[in-house]
Amino acid sequence: MTASERAGSSTSRTLHPARREALAGLAFISPWLIGFVVFTAGPMLASLYFSFFRTDLLGLWEFVGGQWYRGLWRDSLVHKAMLNTAYYAFVMVPLSTTLALFIAVLLNQNIRGQSVWRTIYYLPSVVAGAAVAILFKWLYQPDIGLLNSILDRVFGITGPRWIFSEEWAMPSVIIMALWGSGGAMLIFLAGLRGIPTALYEAAKIDGAGPIRSFFAITIPMLTPTILFNVVLNIIASWQVFTQVLIMTQGGPNNATLTMVLHLYNTGFSQFLFGYASAQAWALFLAILIFVLLAIRSASSWVQYER
Amino acid sequence: MTTTESGAALGSAQAVPLQHPRKIYYGTIAMRVLLYLVVLWGAVVFAIPFYWMIRTAVMPAYQVNLYPPQWWPDSFHFENFRSPFVGPFPFSRWFINSATISIMSSLGVVLSASLVGFGFARLNFPLRNVLFILVLSTMMLPEHIRLIPTYLMFVELGWVNSFLPLIVPNWFAPPFHVFLMRQFFMTIPREMDDAAKIDGCGYLGIYARIFIPLSLPVMGVSAIYQFTFTWNDFLHPLVYLQQVENYTIALGLRLFEGYMRSNMQDMMASALMAVMPTIIIFFVAQRYFIQGIVVTGVKG
Repeated sequence: MTASERAGSSTSRTLHPARREALAGLAFISPWLIGFVVFTAGPMLASLYFSFFRTDLLGLWEFVGGQWYRGLWRDSLVHKAMLNTAYYAFVMVPLSTTLALFIAVLLNQNIRGQSVWRTIYYLPSVVAGAAVAILFKWLYQPDIGLLNSILDRVFGITGPRWIFSEEWAMPSVIIMALWGSGGAMLIFLAGLRGIPTALYEAAKIDGAGPIRSFFAITIPMLTPTILFNVVLNIIASWQVFTQVLIMTQGGPNNATLTMVLHLYNTGFSQFLFGYASAQAWALFLAILIFVLLAIRSASSWVQYER
Repeated sequence: MTTTESGAALGSAQAVPLQHPRKIYYGTIAMRVLLYLVVLWGAVVFAIPFYWMIRTAVMPAYQVNLYPPQWWPDSFHFENFRSPFVGPFPFSRWFINSATISIMSSLGVVLSASLVGFGFARLNFPLRNVLFILVLSTMMLPEHIRLIPTYLMFVELGWVNSFLPLIVPNWFAPPFHVFLMRQFFMTIPREMDDAAKIDGCGYLGIYARIFIPLSLPVMGVSAIYQFTFTWNDFLHPLVYLQQVENYTIALGLRLFEGYMRSNMQDMMASALMAVMPTIIIFFVAQRYFIQGIVVTGVKG
């Protein structure tokens, strides 16, 4: 900041204005530059470096070459965690995007009390975290929980054992996460507002009904927003952690062991920080591949204006 | 996908709705009733977990574990909200810790990200566009990739078990907030800068006298996001805070839960209190919240 202050004052009149501006610019962005080096780029390179060592971060630093990366291929727990995370992400991303879009379209229909509805649907995403996981853990209790009681008494169905069942534990985590789809819904609502009403009027004159307008105008005009939500959702889904840690701790029988939970355990419980770093890179590559696939596919389905 | 197809087909079915206006009218009413029913049904489903949290928090102990579950408490027991504070855990301390960390983080984010955002929005310097693309791409970087080296760094600094590892990184302009600020600053007309320049303001003067007052709403958005995020964060406190007195409310709740298995009314009262600050902030600043999403979201 001192550079910019000096730049602003009359003492540095000798500096060329463009140079002065460049110096001031670098001074202004310096908090980010420093943060980028110290908290992002540095640690990323360091984590790559760590992944070639056996280390507890204390005294032990033993170079092991690619041993951890070869280990990834043989470690059945890593496979399980990878598959679980993929299961979560591949179900969660389409489901929550569709749900968020569906609610947003409903709320966009010139409906009375829109702000009240919007608040009800959005609020769960504000409180995401430990408290919510604890609440749902209780709702999911198979014998006295609310969910199974409703299933039994209203629908006459004997509910599954939810988080205590290997088969149903992951769907339980997904259902809870779907409850927090409000963030994406708000982004869709904003996107819907941005569609010019003239398009709908033109379609109406041409005789298009609401369903045809939806598929011919709303969806195509919304594709950039859909892509934006899908990318955000992919990144978040592959990192699912807090919910599984609190609700199931990865159980039963590792049915909800996700990659971030597994690398957390590997590092901070087993003190195999080198192996945890290798897992972190494997997960990072997976996220990168799916994000890039989503973005690359965009040219075939996203309609950009102009 | 099917745009061009259906777009071309649009013209063919022209006068049909005009021929049967009455039928369409009844159809519309039925559609609207259906619309309200679906919205209402969804809202009930979304609200039930909240309702359940609240009703359990005020229920008498004997009623909580009855089967079938009771929808309405026999009597209201607001003292359930006091029991976490008089229990064996430093519950109020956890609240203060969470508040301290969240407020300090928000403050740092607003200050640093607005400076950086101003730099990117207004000043020309070499590699500006490249660096801004770097900001955008680090926005998408998953947190876990830098977790372990950052942890080692804070161990070396002796900061583990203090709040510093949770606060300090936020004073270095997290990319999401830089993006938010920069997008907003781009909408401020250049004439404002020029007027200030003529009045003898340097860049810091323009930032402080023009940009800060004009962008209080976006700074509010930024602060609220960061507050909510930090308040709900679990991974970082879990890694950095080891002593129970230093826990945040999120960590504390989990510890609490281990001891409270059979005491759901106290557990839910604690959980309700733990989510209250984020809910209150949401209601107070709802307008800004939604505005922030409009600024960031739609541009993609």
